Amino acid sequence: MRLGILNNGYKPQTKLLFTAVRLFSGQPMPDAAKLVFYRPDFYGARAKEFTHEAMRGQSAWSVADRELMAAYVSKVNSSAFCVGAHTATASRAYQDEKRVAAVLDDLDSADVEEPLRATLRMLGKLVAEGTVSAADMRAVLAAGATAEQVGDALAVCAAFNTTNRLADAFGFEVLSPAEFDAGAKYLLKRGYK
Amino acid sequence: MRDVKQAGYRALVERVLDGAGAASAEQRVRAFGDVGLAAPLDSLIDGVLARPGRVSEADFAAAKAAGFSEDQLFELVVCAAVGQSTRMYEAGLAALDEAASGGEDV
Repeated sequence: MRLGILNNGYKPQTKLLFTAVRLFSGQPMPDAAKLVFYRPDFYGARAKEFTHEAMRGQSAWSVADRELMAAYVSKVNSSAFCVGAHTATASRAYQDEKRVAAVLDDLDSADVEEPLRATLRMLGKLVAEGTVSAADMRAVLAAGATAEQVGDALAVCAAFNTTNRLADAFGFEVLSPAEFDAGAKYLLKRGYK
Repeated sequence: MRDVKQAGYRALVERVLDGAGAASAEQRVRAFGDVGLAAPLDSLIDGVLARPGRVSEADFAAAKAAGFSEDQLFELVVCAAVGQSTRMYEAGLAALDEAASGGEDV
């Protein structure tokens, strides 16, 4: 990563944890995980709590749907690390790689439920333009998403717009497909806490 | 559940802006709002907000040469990213509330 403190500035017990993860999993600790261990009282602790609530907390969206939203927001932001991580996680959660690939390739033609398609479209506009209108939201509600679901999707978007920008600004190392898949298994088992 | 999520988000925002930090609270507020930043920090923060994929070692090196420590830059980049997401989150929720209440666009 571009700041030396994010590569080497960890407390001894945290470095030991990174070593243990590498030994037991056979994979290095991804930079996304390392970031939240750096001075966790400043950012990581509360970021993890919010992200876990958005991604694994109570919602009418499935975990797979929310991982797909994370992948889609990341794609609009052109964040290679996050696209890889959440494409792998959504694919594993749905047990359907083709569905995820189709949405990321062409949302309009993908075989996906209308409330989810309309929600993803709105999130894409919000990320690309920085704002959305009441008319945009009416279109999502008319497609069948509830107001509660839209609020939940906005929380996913807030979490991953931040992570996308930190990933690219700090220079997270993009992992191999096997490493992203290992991360996906972890995220589906343990979440973001 | 919206209240739970918003409360969690507010806790994050309050911490990065108001808690202890290596960067001053004033610097963090400026990075969060993307306002009133001087060169070369403005270039780094603009990059985080507009084209994070093109932020480079040189952007960080220029800010360090201007006297910012790595811990200060870590905090200011986090504040900038969280600030932009906050503006998006608030704009989305406001539009949703307007749509759900039957309001018209202004």
